[in-house]
Amino acid sequence: MHRYQGVAAVSYEILLKTQLAHKETLFEVSAPEIAAKALPGQFLIVIPRAGGERVPLTICGYDAEQGTVSFAFHEVGKTTKELGTFEKGDCLYNVTGPLGNPSEIKNYGRVLCVGGSIMIAPLLLQSKALKAAGNHVTTVLGCRSKDFLFMVDDAKACSDEVLIASDDGSIGEKGMEFLDELLNKERYDRCVVMGPVVMMKKVSEITKPYGIPTVVTLTPIMIDGMGMCGVCRVTVDGKMLFGCVDGPEFDGHKTDFDELIKRQRTMLPEERLSSILWETSGGCDCERQ
Amino acid sequence: MPKQEPEDRVKNFREVALGYTEEMAHEEANRCLQCKNPQCRKGCPVDVPIPDFIKCITEGNYADGISVIKTKNALPAVCGRVCPQEEQCQKMCILGKKGNPISIGRLERYLADWEREHGVHVPERAPSTGKKVAVIGAGPAGLTVAADLVKLGHDVTLFEALHVAGGVLIYGIPEFRLPKDIVQKEVEYVQKLGVDLRLGNLIGRIHTIPELMESGYDAVFIGSGAGLPQWTGCPGENLGGIYSANEFLIRVNLMKAYDFPQKDTPIRVGKHVVVIGGGNVAMDCARISMRLGATVCLNYRRSRKELPARQEEIENAEEEGLICRFLNAPLEFYGDDKGWVRAMRCTEMELCEPDASGRQSCRIIPETDFTMDADTVIVAIGQTPNPIIQRTTAGLETNPRNGTIIIDDEGRTNVKGVFAGGDVATGAATVISAMGAGRRAAQAMHDYLTNQEPKEGSS
Ligand SMILES: Cc1cc2nc3c(=O)[nH]c(=O)nc-3n(C[C@H](O)[C@H](O)[C@H](O)COP(=O)(O)OP(=O)(O)OC[C@H]3O[C@@H](n4cnc5c(N)ncnc54)[C@H](O)[C@@H]3O)c2cc1C
Ligand SMILES: Cc1cc2nc3c(=O)[nH]c(=O)nc-3n(C[C@H](O)[C@H](O)[C@H](O)COP(=O)(O)OP(=O)(O)OC[C@H]3O[C@@H](n4cnc5c(N)ncnc54)[C@H](O)[C@@H]3O)c2cc1C
Ligand code: SF4
Ligand code: FES
Repeated sequence: MHRYQGVAAVSYEILLKTQLAHKETLFEVSAPEIAAKALPGQFLIVIPRAGGERVPLTICGYDAEQGTVSFAFHEVGKTTKELGTFEKGDCLYNVTGPLGNPSEIKNYGRVLCVGGSIMIAPLLLQSKALKAAGNHVTTVLGCRSKDFLFMVDDAKACSDEVLIASDDGSIGEKGMEFLDELLNKERYDRCVVMGPVVMMKKVSEITKPYGIPTVVTLTPIMIDGMGMCGVCRVTVDGKMLFGCVDGPEFDGHKTDFDELIKRQRTMLPEERLSSILWETSGGCDCERQ
Repeated sequence: MPKQEPEDRVKNFREVALGYTEEMAHEEANRCLQCKNPQCRKGCPVDVPIPDFIKCITEGNYADGISVIKTKNALPAVCGRVCPQEEQCQKMCILGKKGNPISIGRLERYLADWEREHGVHVPERAPSTGKKVAVIGAGPAGLTVAADLVKLGHDVTLFEALHVAGGVLIYGIPEFRLPKDIVQKEVEYVQKLGVDLRLGNLIGRIHTIPELMESGYDAVFIGSGAGLPQWTGCPGENLGGIYSANEFLIRVNLMKAYDFPQKDTPIRVGKHVVVIGGGNVAMDCARISMRLGATVCLNYRRSRKELPARQEEIENAEEEGLICRFLNAPLEFYGDDKGWVRAMRCTEMELCEPDASGRQSCRIIPETDFTMDADTVIVAIGQTPNPIIQRTTAGLETNPRNGTIIIDDEGRTNVKGVFAGGDVATGAATVISAMGAGRRAAQAMHDYLTNQEPKEGSS
């Protein structure tokens, strides 16, 4: 059992844990003040336990009345793996948010929402808001293979149309190339993409010739998430901007994705070391008891 | 004062200066002339009754000594360590005329450390005034305002964006100059006074100032500091291995990256670190890098004489092996095929006539480019105020040039009931000036709150 060890008077208890797919988990957490302010597109900084890392995770649901927010994560490195061991009833050390600018939600007409892997969860929050604002919403769910697909019913409930794509073609379309054909046939007024950086780059390249305004959620490495450290700097339209306070959403046609990919990898050896140590120590519980 | 030897201390993060023994404190205190018209006190931005606490030391009366300091200064253990005394109280000390002023800072530190070992006394609170105050930012400015107002009987909530309170004292100044458990003790003291500390609350996002005022706060103090890093603007600045001073300091001090992989947040420092800048921030980044095993070169665009860092810290850094290169500035950064910095091109500079501010300016000497190897670069050329509050408070007057919040002498902004002070109003300055600003603002806020009509429904 993880105990609360913070000094703050607030306890971020996990009220619900849903296993979306293997290594992909959704938590609903008690955080009334954040829940009262959260909007689609914003993110949280989560610190699982005292002394732990600050990881940015996108908000994928909130309920001001119940005082809850939810986020979903993919286990990639030490901290997200550790987060995966938390259970319902455990408390997180700290959750800061809502951070970043909310998405612009308006009636654009026809909107194409494209989500990849874990970012499908927060994307659906946008699909829902865009639908509520009167848009015709087509949601595309992208996954590695059919075993990694989740939230299809949720997507159907908040979109006019749902399309599925997988990297290996095991379900739906193979890859994202089909979007080109789709855009040839159908008119779209806006495209929203949330997913791995390579996927966002790809989709932005596809929409560009059609002149469809394309909004991407950039996920540079972050530490404070409030504009102090500058590690999250990205180049957009030739200018240096901060992912956390100027974003996290930017114009996909003006983003320097290659620089972002390089910057995301700057601490890779250290991240691997951390992850290996965590696994070989069997995800030791001692520090948390 | 005894210090760790340079060859030892450069291998650890423990405090460099070891503090006075009781005997040494007495010896130093006994030198004080107890001047009738003490100049030292005039040099203290928060008006600590310096001769009075020194007298207490000579009498062995440490409990009274610390109480005397605390009437004016809520953070003596911090100030005793990082205040630029040589520019303030000690500069004015009459014995300084003969070249040997009283070491006021070290005596202050002695008393604060004595108190920590012997138990902290928490003063009484005035009866409740029924007024609610929100203080934004738990750095020295915010902590001072919160402590002062809670003692006067107001109900104080202190909002801090990070998950630890202390501001620069926690995330900026390294452990070896200011141990973090000391800062946490000072924060706990402020909490014991009755301040409600809320961590992880970024004002501007979770609540805006207008929302705080609407929800029942009678006054707000903004002490959000100057945490926005400045950049050189040179090509290649987004390469891996180029850190802002803030990123570097936050990773190391706040997230304890020097203890990676025991702690989860990493830092990568190569063999050849170049620190660009010359202030206290640059000096701290350099000394941390040396402790992480690198050879460190400080590149400063003016000459040694203009170095803005504290003399004591420059000496400490040089003893530890810092190499300084004066009169040069970066032009471009070069990376390897993985996007990691490997070298930089610089130009030589020369000093020219003082500018309008009286400060010597400098200019590039054409065609003096040179290249130097660097696998890590830390940009420590200054910070401007964090902009989130300014962006989310309609009508708040700021300086368009650097984003500082405009206040009068008592810390009032142009918005009624909203006060500000510290680095957010002055730009990056000192701990004690932030505390002084907090002290003045707290007084003005108290006047404002006590002259205010009681709100309907509040008791
Ligand atoms: C605004 C924002 C929103 C995000 N939303 C989500 C989300 O909803 N769900 C989700 O699963 N992930 C999200 N991420 C990515 C998530 O923060 C990282 O996967 C996580 O920090 C990895 O931590 P780790 O210790 O487990 O892995 P590490 O071992 O630290 O890193 C593994 C990989 O993740 C990348 N990474 C490391 N730290 C960060 C970081 N601070 N920010 C971004 N990438 C990083 C590295 O490039 C590395 O390849 C978001 C990132 C940002 C910036
Ligand atoms: C590396 C370094 C070394 C230094 N060395 C010295 C020294 O030796 N001697 C000396 O006198 N001075 C030194 N200084 C300067 C000194 O630390 C600062 O002048 C002083 O801390 C300013 O205090 P402050 O309270 O105004 O701001 P800060 O200490 O910056 O505190 C501001 C606080 O507000 C929080 N905050 C910001 N925005 C928000 C928001 N929107 N909502 C809630 N919270 C928010 C921040 O997280 C932070 O905790 C140094 C500074 C640095 C960076
Ligand atoms: S000026 Fe110097 S000698 Fe005089 S009271 Fe102050 S510290 Fe003592
Ligand atoms: S994460 Fe530090 S500035 Fe954005």
